Amino acid sequence: MREITYRQALNEALAEELERDPNVFLMGEEVAEYHGAYKVSQGLLERFGPKRIIDTPISENGFAGLGVGAAMTGLRPIIEFMTWSFSLVAFDQVVNNAPNMFMMSGGQFNIPITFRGPNGPAHQLAATHSHATENFYASVPGLKVCTPATPRDAKGLLKTAVRDDNPVLVLEAELLYSSKGMVESPDEELLIPLGQAEVKREGSDVSIICYAQTVPLALTVAAQLEEQDISAEIVDLRSIKPLDEEAIYKSISKTHRVVIVEQDRPFCGVGAEVCYRIQKDIFDELDAPILRVSQEDVPTPYNEKLEKFVLPNADKLMSAVKRICYA
Amino acid sequence: MHRSEQRDEVEMLAMMLLIRRFEERASQQYQAQKIGGFCHLYIGQEAVVVGAVAAVRNDDYIITAYRDHGHALARGTSANACMAELFGKATGCTLGLGGSMHFFDKQRHMYGGHAIVGAHVPLAAGLAFASKYRSEDRVTLCFFGDGAINQGSFHEALNLIALYKLPVILICENNLFAMGTSVTRSTSLKQIVDRAEGYDIPGDIVDGMSFREVRDKVAEVAASIRKDPHPAFLEVRTYRYRGHSMSDPASYRTKEELEKYRLDDPIIRLRAQLTREGKLTNEQFDALDKKAKETVMASVKFAEQSPELPVEDVYKYAYFDGEKK
Repeated sequence: MREITYRQALNEALAEELERDPNVFLMGEEVAEYHGAYKVSQGLLERFGPKRIIDTPISENGFAGLGVGAAMTGLRPIIEFMTWSFSLVAFDQVVNNAPNMFMMSGGQFNIPITFRGPNGPAHQLAATHSHATENFYASVPGLKVCTPATPRDAKGLLKTAVRDDNPVLVLEAELLYSSKGMVESPDEELLIPLGQAEVKREGSDVSIICYAQTVPLALTVAAQLEEQDISAEIVDLRSIKPLDEEAIYKSISKTHRVVIVEQDRPFCGVGAEVCYRIQKDIFDELDAPILRVSQEDVPTPYNEKLEKFVLPNADKLMSAVKRICYA
Repeated sequence: MHRSEQRDEVEMLAMMLLIRRFEERASQQYQAQKIGGFCHLYIGQEAVVVGAVAAVRNDDYIITAYRDHGHALARGTSANACMAELFGKATGCTLGLGGSMHFFDKQRHMYGGHAIVGAHVPLAAGLAFASKYRSEDRVTLCFFGDGAINQGSFHEALNLIALYKLPVILICENNLFAMGTSVTRSTSLKQIVDRAEGYDIPGDIVDGMSFREVRDKVAEVAASIRKDPHPAFLEVRTYRYRGHSMSDPASYRTKEELEKYRLDDPIIRLRAQLTREGKLTNEQFDALDKKAKETVMASVKFAEQSPELPVEDVYKYAYFDGEKK
């Protein structure tokens, strides 16, 4: 194990998969000569050449579709969106072509493609650049969606995504790119299965279900709660779809209280689905109502103070936990 | 491809007849409510796909839009598999899961059947990208209608195709109407082929009612692409005799216009050429037509008698689990 950044972890995952399988190629805006808008693909052009590390024009719908077509022939494209907010102009390819092909073709064409890039609000990018797209995409049958929060998960999930025979969306987070964490050394194969949550902190009084950017938030709040004698268990979903119900239920069966903290919007957000499943399957385990902390139901404002108010934050999470712990 | 490698013209005429008779019968079965959803017929346009397919190799990729019955048949998908698909049966070319607008036949390199207008042009770029990536000399034939050329995905794909010098023949089947909107009301250009010029892609206009002209032009372009990968654009001028779909009486055009095109029918034209050249007698033509009708009638029977997938099978086709179905 050694400590590396989330960015380096993704870079290692890309390099290892490109090295392992000649069918893998990376395509997107500024991925080659510029080394990635967020430097995730640093050094890959030099190592793998322009045939496999391919710059595109600003043309998301075009190159996302090109990736799907290439995947129909058995290539394994990794398509980078500079941010998932820009994937919305490629929505038709991601939602209509990639996940539908297998069913529409009667099982003749699976689409082994990975779409990746930073997702969710970053810092003062305002409404068009701050979309948390996980609930849009997780609602589409045929897609898989994962949301790594740590360098280790980023590496392990991205590598698994590239090897999956279906379209997988890896929703990274800009604000996490420079965060550090312990990751297995490069000579150890690190694959983290999709659909497997991880308890990031053990606790006994309340379960906080989180993913992506809300994982470090939940860990910070858990430390503060500890000082107030509330022991929070942090369950990082890691994958939104498939969803690890078992891990969620196991934690709640221990704590009997749950807050879901998500980075998307409240209406039809990921938390709404998780909440529905909890009450359906383990209603008797609950000692308090399920609360959700999400963004406010407004487009993301630019102003720093207003943005902070709109996003899920420590104050909102703290007060939600206290409310259901009757503290 | 050299002329000596080209498919036998009488066989190609037989294929055009098969498509014509298939579509006529599909129309009838649709009216009898044996076929659901939308159903777009290819009648009048047969020379386009049969001519193009006759000019390329069997392992070249083809991909098209939703008016796709003729494309699958021309590639050799059986009338049985096509009719069964329209009937939604498990013996259909996509097991009854795709329907009229989504015919696929991987074995014959028919990559669909795509129903969002223009959205398959980027896929064609991907197919051609894959050929180039693997250093294969395959050509991708990408068919689309005149309605696709104003869609963003079309423009993005053309730019990528030209930029990466991908081996694609972009075949615009200009049948003059995008659904009910005439080209003159949808497109700012006087001629569609000029779209290609904007992307520095060489373009040409082809008479889509002439099997030979389509075949020869596609063969010429394909040969050039195989030597050195690059795209080409063909505006193939054709006409659909029926409405946009089964629910469309096509009241936006005159009877006289339709009659004018019917007199220039692609099947009649190729038949006349072959007859004149002593390659086909009237008796032989009648026999071909009879055979096409019989094949199609048999396909209806086959479709009727075929089973449907059990409902629980739907879950097998959401995600690929590593075992090809």
